Amino acid sequence: MAIVTSSNKACSINPLKMSQPIGGSFAFLGLRGAMPLLHGSQGCTSFGLTLFVRHFKEAVPLQTTAMSEVATVLGGYENVEQAILNIYNRTNPEIIGINSTGVTETKGDDVEAFIRLIRQKHPQLEKLPLVYVSTPDFKEAFQDGWEKTVARMVEVLVEPVDAAAPRDPSRINVLPGCHLTPGDLDELRAIVEDFGLRPSFLPDIAGSLDGHIPDEFTSTTIGGIGVDEIATMGQAAWTIAIGAQMRCAAEAMQAKTGVPFRLFERVCGLVPNDVFIAFVSEISGRPVPAKYRRQRGQLADAMLDAHFHIGGRKLAIGAEPDLLFDVSSMLYEMGVQVTAAVTTTASSVLERVAIGEVVIGDLEDLEDLAKARDCDLLISHSHGRQAAARLNIPFFRAGFPMFDRLGAAYQMTVGYRGTRELIFALANLIVADREDNRQPTPDTWRTT
Amino acid sequence: MTSLSATIQDVFNQADCAKNTNKSQAVRKKGCTKQLQPGGAAGGCAFDGAKIALQPFTDVAHLVHGPIACEGNSWDNRGSASSGSDLWRRSFTTDMQEIDVLFGGEKRLYKAIKEIIAKYDPAAIFVYQTCVPAMIGDDINAVCKVAATKLGKPVIPVNSPGFLGSKNLGNKLAGEALLGCVIGTQEPDFVTPYDINLIGEYNLSGELWQIKPLLDELGIRILSCISGDGKYREVASSHRARAAMMVCSKSMINVASKMRERYGIPFFEGSFYGIQDSSESLRKIAHMLIERGAATELMERTEAAVTREETKARAAIECFKPRLAGKKVLLVTGGVKSWSVVAALQEVGLEIVGTSVKKSTREDKERIQKMMGHDAHMIEELAPREMYKMLKEAKADIMLSGGKSQFVALKATTPWLDINQERCYAYMGYVGIVKLIEEIDKALHNPVWDQLRNPAPWIDDDLTWHAKALAQMDVRSAEVAPKPLRVEKASPVKRPCSCEAVGRRVIKDAGAAHRLTIVDGAAPRTGASVCRASKETIQDVTAHCASMPQAAE
Ligand code: SF4
Repeated sequence: MAIVTSSNKACSINPLKMSQPIGGSFAFLGLRGAMPLLHGSQGCTSFGLTLFVRHFKEAVPLQTTAMSEVATVLGGYENVEQAILNIYNRTNPEIIGINSTGVTETKGDDVEAFIRLIRQKHPQLEKLPLVYVSTPDFKEAFQDGWEKTVARMVEVLVEPVDAAAPRDPSRINVLPGCHLTPGDLDELRAIVEDFGLRPSFLPDIAGSLDGHIPDEFTSTTIGGIGVDEIATMGQAAWTIAIGAQMRCAAEAMQAKTGVPFRLFERVCGLVPNDVFIAFVSEISGRPVPAKYRRQRGQLADAMLDAHFHIGGRKLAIGAEPDLLFDVSSMLYEMGVQVTAAVTTTASSVLERVAIGEVVIGDLEDLEDLAKARDCDLLISHSHGRQAAARLNIPFFRAGFPMFDRLGAAYQMTVGYRGTRELIFALANLIVADREDNRQPTPDTWRTT
Repeated sequence: MTSLSATIQDVFNQADCAKNTNKSQAVRKKGCTKQLQPGGAAGGCAFDGAKIALQPFTDVAHLVHGPIACEGNSWDNRGSASSGSDLWRRSFTTDMQEIDVLFGGEKRLYKAIKEIIAKYDPAAIFVYQTCVPAMIGDDINAVCKVAATKLGKPVIPVNSPGFLGSKNLGNKLAGEALLGCVIGTQEPDFVTPYDINLIGEYNLSGELWQIKPLLDELGIRILSCISGDGKYREVASSHRARAAMMVCSKSMINVASKMRERYGIPFFEGSFYGIQDSSESLRKIAHMLIERGAATELMERTEAAVTREETKARAAIECFKPRLAGKKVLLVTGGVKSWSVVAALQEVGLEIVGTSVKKSTREDKERIQKMMGHDAHMIEELAPREMYKMLKEAKADIMLSGGKSQFVALKATTPWLDINQERCYAYMGYVGIVKLIEEIDKALHNPVWDQLRNPAPWIDDDLTWHAKALAQMDVRSAEVAPKPLRVEKASPVKRPCSCEAVGRRVIKDAGAAHRLTIVDGAAPRTGASVCRASKETIQDVTAHCASMPQAAE
């Protein structure tokens, strides 16, 4: 359906996109005892750190190899070595996850070779997993960084399994895309556990970034999935991947361990959740618990109530591909006209967005389109608020970063319940906007 | 690059920087930017600093030349306020792609400048150089020059690739860009003997406007504020000011001292934080203007205004005194502003248990010493872990710091207040200090703390997570100490701690049975060890026992 174009401006204005390496670091934040390390200059890390902190309102571990001008020219072996040793000695991590940046990719550092050498020189690191992923800033976007990093985790950390070996029928792997929040992960966990399954989430940002007060004071990540658990993911009966971005990781899992996978491109909306729940019921061999039958009814009712308000809205949405597809499809099914859609990077799902054209571009593109096409609802991450204010239309925050509202980690879109919450939030936003800003005046219907 | 390294040398060779002049010639050349340690905490880069310093120029387009990382991850993260144009809030970046990295990004940069002028017609464009284009040799100076001539707009190169150094260096590189291409390029419509420049004031949360009405009242005109709520034209003609104040920080000391050198504009370093400092600064401004031709009666008017404002402010904070007296504050700022705030806090009876002096000069330190007495706890640099410990040990009631360390305090359930850039309130001048005291009061007396410090009912038998965290830190630091990579001296060996073995209830029972009120009594009776964590628990419990009616009988 949709064709994907990219705007051919030389100057990106009000970027929607964030860089690939911090997408990768974000994935590492979902591992227990992890220290994500950006191989680059200090600023790249500092910006990433600030971004995560503003979104989650949590202390976030993130480190840099602190490449200076000289090191950048000469190559970063020593910086990588020192960084790893310093982190190892100071914070006692269970894993160090390394992403490259534009700075080190321009020089072309061979970090895999560095790591081999470092391991040779420092036998004490023998047991410490070091996962490296190439993620230059000048290519692709945040979501791609996550995608590549999770796939790499599977390749490096999951232990191969003989395809014929017996599997644990109660174990399943869940590979969530970066568009899901800690709240989403908790909901998914509850659902599959209610079917008697034991899920392993890779990565599991719910454990680390759900905003709880931890029992321990540590400078690495808290919670998240442990390296030991990842190693045994090959014993699971199934892999569930959520979001098209997780296909690579799911395929890697299958190639390495033979675990079959099922990819759910969407889990927001009535029908996608019917499909999802039916699948979980099938693989678990258990009937759907009464709780979810009830939740389905509740969602159906919410859709009936909300369609009066949401139906007919002309939506302008700016988001990374999987989130864009997920949310816009659900709203389309609620009667919304998807009128302007801007995203950050190429993806197979974009063709299926319910619109003629998806633009790979920035928030200026979105603002221009929304204005030209008379949109009356805008959805994007927090940076979109300025555009919405100028357009004077209601604005709903979705995705990352969400720095000007609380509870970003908790916002849900998955399951019957998450869909219902999203629908209510949107409908209420529209109702409030009508009350506050669209009251008729004697001149409202006068044509000049 | 050679001219850039010369600039950096120059920037660091600051006669006016007290910290710098104290160093030997060789050390001075290295500048104040410490080489960062890989795997140590990361601060902002030079580009970050340059952008911070210049972004408050509001009618200018700030174009970041580089891949998406530098701008895409960082824009829209600071709260300077503007009285006019909102152009500065838009984000412009060349978003360099692989093809630009391979073949050079100059063409894209030129096109970007052209697009911005066509769409937004800004007063000027500031072009920021970042790491990747610097590495591949994009000559932004040349591109800016061509663009300026062809397109008829000022296009100012800001050479600030992040890998050159810290934020601090970036501030100064921004200053160099202004000195090199902006200041002195236009003339003001008119001049008066009452014209001043404010340098290094960024109008965060609109702070500048807390002072401006006072200056207006005195007839003093801010010819240019560099860069808070700044306009391009103002900074371009700022060389006609009669005096300048370097506000609070030395971030742009190079601008102040070069403007003195070139245009004979004298400057002083002052602060509008705290009552005394505000008054002192107003007096100094008046004094300098009078020396350079303003009427002497300016001083009388200034004195009158100062007296009036001081009285008002003191009256306003009076009611907080009983609520704040004796409360303890831990101050963790960049260090520059600390002393300025200290006086004000002391005025309401707050006690400062520690202040950071990371960026302070010797002079600053002496000043702090004088204000805080002998046991002034000056902290060079604090790792979060130590900060947490410090909060517990010094038993600070509140921590004032920047956003990055907030979680240390919050997770330690200690009240916290943001006094750095990201804060939501303005604390400048007489109005601001009252606001600050009010906010401290609000934070300290918020009823959440009592609730949050209560352990959950089901962990009554256990220790609270605070105690656990502290105990764990003791063990960790003992563990980590023997195998440091580049640490010269090992930290002293810790006594093993057995506090986790002794439950809270055991202590409580012992307390009730023996009616204990002091820690020393509890330890031998319960077998609790003497680490601070368990001491604290015991203290907690014994205090509780003492206050119970049956124990008081
Ligand atoms: S260190 Fe260099 S690449 Fe990284 S954010 Fe700063 S300028 Fe950009």
